Amino acid sequence: MANVEELKKKISELEAKLAAAQGNSGPVRQKIDVMSSEVVDSNPYSRLMALKRMGIVDNYEKIRELSVAIVGVGGVGSVTAEMLTRCGIGKLILFDYDKVELANMNRLFFQPHQAGLSKVDAAAGTLQSINPDVAIDAYNYNITTVDNFQKFCDTISTGSLTGGPVDLVLSCVDNFEARMAINTACNELNQRWFESGVSENAVSGHIQFIIPGETACFACAPPLVVASKIDEKTLKKEGVCAASLPTTMGIVAGFLVQNTLKYLLNFGNVSHYLGYSALTDFFPTMSLKPNPQCDDSYCRRRQTEFKAKPVVELATEVKEDDTPIHADNEWGISLVDENSPEEETSNLKLAEGVEVAYSIPVDNNTPETSSGGAVAASELSLEELMQQMKSM
Amino acid sequence: MVDEGTRKTLSSIPLLKTKAGPRDKELWPTRLKEEYQALIKYVQNNKEADNDWFRLESDKTGTKWFGKCWYVHNLLKYEFDLEFDIPVTYPTTAPELALPSLDGKTAKMYRGGKICLTDHFKPLWARNVPKFGIAHAMALGLGPWLAVEVPELIERGVVKYQEKSDEAK
Repeated sequence: MANVEELKKKISELEAKLAAAQGNSGPVRQKIDVMSSEVVDSNPYSRLMALKRMGIVDNYEKIRELSVAIVGVGGVGSVTAEMLTRCGIGKLILFDYDKVELANMNRLFFQPHQAGLSKVDAAAGTLQSINPDVAIDAYNYNITTVDNFQKFCDTISTGSLTGGPVDLVLSCVDNFEARMAINTACNELNQRWFESGVSENAVSGHIQFIIPGETACFACAPPLVVASKIDEKTLKKEGVCAASLPTTMGIVAGFLVQNTLKYLLNFGNVSHYLGYSALTDFFPTMSLKPNPQCDDSYCRRRQTEFKAKPVVELATEVKEDDTPIHADNEWGISLVDENSPEEETSNLKLAEGVEVAYSIPVDNNTPETSSGGAVAASELSLEELMQQMKSM
Repeated sequence: MVDEGTRKTLSSIPLLKTKAGPRDKELWPTRLKEEYQALIKYVQNNKEADNDWFRLESDKTGTKWFGKCWYVHNLLKYEFDLEFDIPVTYPTTAPELALPSLDGKTAKMYRGGKICLTDHFKPLWARNVPKFGIAHAMALGLGPWLAVEVPELIERGVVKYQEKSDEAK
């Protein structure tokens, strides 16, 4: 027998559904088989296909074969999903375990009538009505727990339209634990992914492209932060965990999808790291090499594999001469020497304005001063210890 | 940084040795034994210092933990259910301790009642992987959180004293 609480919940869900249904009385967008470049009012893809005519993208319609997984459908992830949906991505796979709340309404995408619904289901509904051509899978679970993590890995590696690995994973989560879980999965699966984030004070953000073995993974260094130029001491954190702005989140989502499109459709340059400081309108960019001593064993394995691969010649014009032809270097262009031995292992080369959130001692053997000492191997079995703890 | 009291408490909890998470089939039981040993020692320390403030137990796999913690304010004992999962990335990332009954009652909390830790917690944890365990997360995370938030919650009238919370002892 359902109790009052459950019935109330059911009513609010039904109300939300009814409101959604009433809002859908207008014209409904029908499915379209092939992307057309015909410029008519009724073609939702005409302005996208114009990118081909203008010579920006070679084969825009390829986007319909591609699959992207979005982990975290909050302030950044939902906008990211909407952008990719409007761009006509082949398939989106959404992961989130949260529900829509009225407290989310300072951000874009979700609407008040969706409060109470799971974020993935609410998002899938809206996205499907915007563009029914996109295949959307929604998963409502926390990827960091042991059981769900395996499901997550399986979905990433078999979730594409052809049953293979997805083309890209986009991390739009709001916490370190979930980022590390995605990092672990992607290193193991050799899956390329973008990390994205907005600071808890809402005035800075970043995106980072992670190619396992080739660019720094999320565990290669402590988390990077864009210097906010705020004196930490003046930052009041009493009574709140996190602030957020639709602007910063929209900008970061825009950066994320822009670089996703460039990577997937092979145009322009894909940024390995792009930061954003809202207070100064400052956008640092840089490329980050992986840390040979990375804590993640799969990252180190991918690095070895990457080094064993023959160096891909990217362009014909480089590698002509070892000596600089131009004495001046107005644009600060430099070639990264692939052959130099990795000596400066610990010193991470960060762009100005980007710093690590905290430092970690290089020597891990120095024991923290602890009068309690280290745990000695106990003769007791795990069951006995569990029992002892229970009976305390 | 961390206050003297917390630092002293922290230093008397045994450090752990085995770097293994719940996906490491072979080493996880060893790590789990170390976790229990450190927790048992910590609870013993607390009892000796007349500052017993929590009980914890886990399921067989050691990935789901649950228990109670309590805080004494004006001679009254306020008790809360405590729960958390060990994430796949443990011990690189700390467990996210949650007090579900306080969800939505304080801003110093993330969804599901996960407590919002200070800026000092994560760096300190990261510098001490894999030596810190659940006992350290309790001492460094939940202990100071309760000390700050519970009096405030009581003052605001959000948390009220309940007679039954006495039977635990």
